[in-house]
Amino acid sequence: MAEHGATVLRVCRAVVGPVDAEDAWSETFLSALRAYPDLPADANVEAWLVTIAHRRAVDVGRARSRRAVPTDTLPDRPASHADPASRDPDLWTALQRLPTKQRQALAYHHVAGLPFAEIAELLGNSPDAARRAAADGLKTLRKYYREDETA
Amino acid sequence: MTTNIFDELDADDGALQRLHSRLERDADAADLLDIAYRTVDTPVGTLLLAATTAGLVRVAYDVEGHDAVLTSLADRISPRVLRAPARLDSVARQIDEYFAKRRKVFEVAVDLRLAEGFRRSVIEHLREIGYGNRESYAAVAAAIGSPRAVRAVGTACAHNPLPVVIPCHRVVRSDGSTGQYVGGPLAKSTLLNLEAA
Repeated sequence: MAEHGATVLRVCRAVVGPVDAEDAWSETFLSALRAYPDLPADANVEAWLVTIAHRRAVDVGRARSRRAVPTDTLPDRPASHADPASRDPDLWTALQRLPTKQRQALAYHHVAGLPFAEIAELLGNSPDAARRAAADGLKTLRKYYREDETA
Repeated sequence: MTTNIFDELDADDGALQRLHSRLERDADAADLLDIAYRTVDTPVGTLLLAATTAGLVRVAYDVEGHDAVLTSLADRISPRVLRAPARLDSVARQIDEYFAKRRKVFEVAVDLRLAEGFRRSVIEHLREIGYGNRESYAAVAAAIGSPRAVRAVGTACAHNPLPVVIPCHRVVRSDGSTGQYVGGPLAKSTLLNLEAA
């Protein structure tokens, strides 16, 4: 399992952000260790870990929203016509601004390399919807994030 | 073309190491750490050490293939195998001391579940052969009450799950030559010379 640690951490960071990612990672591997003896020998371990990471990330997100303090100001969103230099250079911030499903679809497909059929099972939608969510997410991300990084 | 935007998410080693240590502690606390392992560098190469909650269960030479050994432990004992040096700190320290000639006896809890039946009796007897001593395969066979099972004693030694710690290297041929060894003949003579010096 150790060889998948880095991928799972990237997925967690993309889905829940850098702060909560380590909790999600730890919970993922602890759950995986618990369930590992029941895993079929021919299973795709990385895909299985991403599935667990998805559930743990949802848990961590829930815990965070319970802790969240209400504010009366919404975070600033850069206008799409803003000068590139003024766009938020932080990929985390850009990712956290995406709708959850887009963020998840992006992470599971582009970071973990899961096929859309499996992502659809995780997200409870269709493979087409998962593909669209990833594509829309990437499009928005490119708009918010430094354009030169996405060439 | 689309993945490079995520390069910034690359996990740096520092974070992964920190997370692994945390997993080690959490897994141990949750009784999920069935097999802990680490390696230790010695004059006879890198040794793999593996322990269950009962004790040291396996010592393996490089030539045995550490990955293959871990896979076999996962199959035979439990797939919950984790690199977790803490459980093996004391064994590793004692092995260092042994190779520095500051230790003659290992004081470690052992888990001999990988040696059964006849092989188990051979392994148990090996523990009684003291530092710097040698015994022939025939003498070992006689000592465990199977004087004709000289070859089987050789096989049992070759399958010693805890070489170095359980001294199968102290079993030699009746003509005085060192004979075969799981870590290779060079490792065997290195250990014998170390103890004789």
